[in-house]
Formats: sequence, structure tokens, C-alpha cells
Amino acid sequence: MGHVSIPSDELCKGVISTARTVPYVRASRRRGTVKRLLAHGGGRTGLIIVAAFVLVAVLAPVIAPYAPDEVDLDSWLIPPGFGSGHLLGTDQLGRDILSRIIYGSRVSILVGLTTILISSVVGIGLGMLAGYYGGALDRVLARFTELLLAFPYLIFVIAIMSVIGPGFWNLVWALSFKGWVEFYRLARALTMSEKNREYVDAARALGRSDGVILVREILPNISNSMLVLGTLRMGNMIMTESSLSFLGLGIPPRIPAWGSMIADGRRYMLGAWWVATLPGIALALLVLGMNLLGEGLRDVLDPKMMEG
Amino acid sequence: MIRLSRTQAKIVERILATIPLALGVAVAAFIFMRAIPGDPVDIMMGEAAWTSEEEMAALRGEMGLDEPMHVQLWTYLKQVFKWDLGYSIVRSRPVADIIREALPATIELAVFAMLFALAVGIPIGVASALNPNSFMDRVGTCLSLVGVSLPAFWLGIVGILIFSMILGWLPTSGRIAYGAQPAHVTGLLVLDALITGNLPALGNALKHICLPMITLGLGVAAVVARVTRSSMLDVLSADYVQFARAKGVPERDVTCRHALRNAMIPTVTLVGLQFGSLLGGNMIVETIFGWPGLGRVVVDAIFARDYPVVQASVMVYALTFVLINLVADIIHTVLDPKISL
Repeated sequence: MGHVSIPSDELCKGVISTARTVPYVRASRRRGTVKRLLAHGGGRTGLIIVAAFVLVAVLAPVIAPYAPDEVDLDSWLIPPGFGSGHLLGTDQLGRDILSRIIYGSRVSILVGLTTILISSVVGIGLGMLAGYYGGALDRVLARFTELLLAFPYLIFVIAIMSVIGPGFWNLVWALSFKGWVEFYRLARALTMSEKNREYVDAARALGRSDGVILVREILPNISNSMLVLGTLRMGNMIMTESSLSFLGLGIPPRIPAWGSMIADGRRYMLGAWWVATLPGIALALLVLGMNLLGEGLRDVLDPKMMEG
Repeated sequence: MIRLSRTQAKIVERILATIPLALGVAVAAFIFMRAIPGDPVDIMMGEAAWTSEEEMAALRGEMGLDEPMHVQLWTYLKQVFKWDLGYSIVRSRPVADIIREALPATIELAVFAMLFALAVGIPIGVASALNPNSFMDRVGTCLSLVGVSLPAFWLGIVGILIFSMILGWLPTSGRIAYGAQPAHVTGLLVLDALITGNLPALGNALKHICLPMITLGLGVAAVVARVTRSSMLDVLSADYVQFARAKGVPERDVTCRHALRNAMIPTVTLVGLQFGSLLGGNMIVETIFGWPGLGRVVVDAIFARDYPVVQASVMVYALTFVLINLVADIIHTVLDPKISL
């Protein structure tokens, strides 16, 4: 598609009919993406790890051998092994660690997913508006994001959480409050370069409104980069969630979360290393899987995207 | 009138631009702390049920907390302009003193963590790039991926278990053993011990900083290794490196003099960015290792609603962050004259 110099009816028809075929093209391209991801060593490993964790989280009530909060003071701090019926041992209250790790994956995955969803919707929306229109909105947002970036993130989240108290949604809002900035910056930069491309000119010549151009033309073209960024950031969000739960500021203590399990086990470290160590391994494995998947997606979808 | 070169003018401009940013952060911190419920009097008197409403009101009057919000903000900004950071409500000490004591500990830990990250990350990155897809490269890539994914707080606890509790090689917490402090010069204990030639203090401080440094620096080391590897790979295939080889420059000189210097440019940017996050994000490591730094001061102050301490520390963090980025940009222009500020 070159520059649209003669906006004749014929040409318009051609463009519109091409636009109608886009969903089919996209669906087959998506199948291609999965295929290429499976051919990418790291991406495949990441996908398997993440899929396994998601499966475990979804099936938690079915596969967990015990209820996660089932206290059994007769069998406290049992070391891992096959004989006792507690494969990964028990904690100081006799709760089964395997079951708690299984249930803990629900918290990590849900917090990660929700935070990334909210951050990306806000960030992509504002970023595309700022990149497309520029002007006063762009300048105001530039100053605001600069301020947010100079503000130490963790202090900020700790301050919010110390006030509104531990809780799932509280945590998600606190994490999203700054999480959108990265999506904003990338979406803005990409929109600025996309808005001068020929296909946007063509859409404009066809009399499409700005809203339609942003959502139907530009968004599909930047969505790959956003997907990669979202996957790469997800591991980070899960890690921050655990850090906060470790400090007692994340998820309320009655819900099993890996961070608070590690904090609990810290006191019994010398005699019972498994209480704190095993949830940490689960956490590291999930974050590793997310990072591998994100990098695999980047190589497959968006090889030009910068590192980090 | 002093005439400045273009670069110098840009640097001055950038330094001046930090002033509105610092003010913005100060105002944001002020509003934020007031927006969260419960003031210092509530928190202090929370357990003392016998304090009457009148007494609490009198205490608020004494601290100026009963004034309208805009008056409090104005008073606060006037103080900031006079470099007066105020008085800690909870600790009854000047905030400047508290920060002066805690900041060196935080900076020392961040600097050591960064040195560790560079000392480990750059050699791994360079070695990987020199033999791409070799066994060494695969191991390096794997290690750096694992390094990024390990949670620092977990790593710290496991480190304490292995090296302090089981092996007994390193202390579990603190900056230096009681009574072993070197004479105060800079507040950075390792540096002070070196300056005063106090070898026992030096050894003691190094032993204390070992585990926190590794815990904090490992993730950064992994990122440094990855960025160094990819930029080194780019540079090694560049024309001028090929030309240097063709000219017969020994391979070692090609690597060290031609390639490495240029490959370091992305690493410098990264160091700037990561250093800011090391300073601002190390409160978890400080908590685990009982490290008396600014991170712990802030967390305690947030819980106690100690407004002046939180406001001042947040401002210190923000200014440090901005200045470090400026320094990284300046180093950039030195390494690569094509880049301007």
C-alpha cells in the first residue's frame, strides 16, 4: 500500500475488503507463533513451566493432598520424605507444605495476571493517546511519569500497604499504581512511530475517526510488543508480591502465599530448613518460567525489541 | 560571565532541572503522607488509652499538626529551602542527623553490591560473547537467567543458613561488630577503616558486608552479564573490529582496547538505572541482615507516620536517583563522543 493519492471508490473497496480478511490472517499467524515458540528452546521450557504452574493453581483443590490450613500439632516440622505422608514436610503448625505451595501458586499467578492486565490497559491507553495527539496531554503525562519514576517504588508500595492493610485488591492497586508506566512509555514510543506510516495515512484518507484508527489500525500493530513486555514484567510483579507478603504487607496471613511462608519458616531455619526454602524454590521456578517465556516470545514476535 | 561549552551548559541545565523534580517529589511525599489515615499522635498514643482528647489536641498543636493543610505545606517547603529537614516526631531528633547516619550504610551496601555485580557480570558476559554458543556461553546464559529469577529475600535467608548458621564463616547481621568501629571519617565503614589503617575493623566490616552484598548484587550481576554479552557480540562483528583484526592487532588488544570499551556503553546506562533501584529497593535486604540503612529508617517511619522522616528520605532517594542518572549520562558522553547530553 503506497501513499493514497487518488482516494477512489475502487481503492476504498480494496482496502476495506483487505481489512475484513485481517482476523483470519491473524488467527493463522497466531498458530504460527505457538509453533515457533515451541521450536524455541527457552520459550518451550518457559511455556511448559508456566503452563504447569497454571494447571496446578487451577486444580489445587483436586491435587493438594491436604487442606492448606489444616493444622495438625502432632506432626509439626516433619522433614520432607516419603514415609510420613507429607512429601515436602510440614511447618511449625503441622500444615502440609506441598499443599500450601500448591495453593500459594494461586495467589502469585492471580496477583501477577491482574496487576499486568490493569497496568497494561491503563498504560497502553494513555500511551497511545499521548503518542498520537502529543501536545499538552503528552507534556503533563511526561512530567507525571518522571515524578513516579524518581519516587522510590518499594517505599511507595510499602506506604500504601501499611495504610490500606494487606489484601488481594489492595495489593493489586498498589502494584498497578506504578506498573503502568512502562507500558505507557513503550506504547507512546511505538504509537509515535506508527502514526506516520502509510496504513494510518490510508485509514485517515478513508475518513476513519481517530478512535477507529487507534483501536483498529495502530493497536494490532503494537500488540506484539505489549504482549512481550507484559510477560517479561509478570515475573517481576510476582516477585514484588512475594517480597511484600514476606514483609507481612501483601496477602493476609490466613491465605497461603509463598512470601509469607518464607517469612514464617525463617524462625525455624536452623532446625527445619525446608519450611522457608521450598516455597522459595517454587517462586524462583515460576519467575524463571515467566522470564523464559517472555524472552521466547520476544525472539519469536519482536526480535528488534530492546533488552530489559 | 563564564563561558561554558555546550556540554557544560547541558550539564548545568540538567542539574537545575533536578530542582523542580525534587520539589515535586517533596510535595508528593507531603500530600501522600497526609492522605493516609492516622497521624503521628494517633499512632504514638494508640496504646495509651488514658490520653484524653484534649491532651492529644494539645500535642497536635505543639507539632503544628492542627494547622490547615496548605499552611503546613508552606511551612514545610520554607524549611526545605533553608535545608532544614525538620525534627523527627517519633525519635525527637533532627531528621538530618538520622539521614546522615543511615545514608552511608545504604550507599556502602549499594556500591559494594554494584562492584560485585560488575566483577562477576562483565567477565561472564565477555567470556560468553567471545565463544558464542559454546558450553561456557550456555552455562553463563543459564546462570544469568537463574540469577534474575532468584528472589533476594529468599537468597538472603538461605545464605544466612549456610554461611552463618551451619558453616559459621560470616556474621548473621549488622554492619560491624560492637566496639570494632573505625574512627568516623566518611561514615562508609570500609573506607574509614582503610583511611585510618585499622585492619581489624576492615576485616570485620568486609565480613559483615559479604552476604548482603551478594544477596543484593546477584540479580544485577545477571543483568550486567546479559547486557555485556549482547553488546559485546554486536561490537565484535562491527567493521572496525574486523579491520583491527585484519591489520594484525593481537586478539587480546582487539578484545580489550577496541571492543570492550565500546561494548561498555550499554552497561554504563544499565549501571545508572540499576544503581538507583539498588538504593531504593534494598530495604528488604536491609531488613533481613539488620543493616542500619535508610531503607529500614523509611519503613519504620512509614509505620510510625513520622512525616518529616518519610518526606526527607523520599527526597534524598529521588535526588540520588536523578543525580546518578546524570552521572551515567556524563560517563556516556566520555565513552562515546557521538552521544550528546
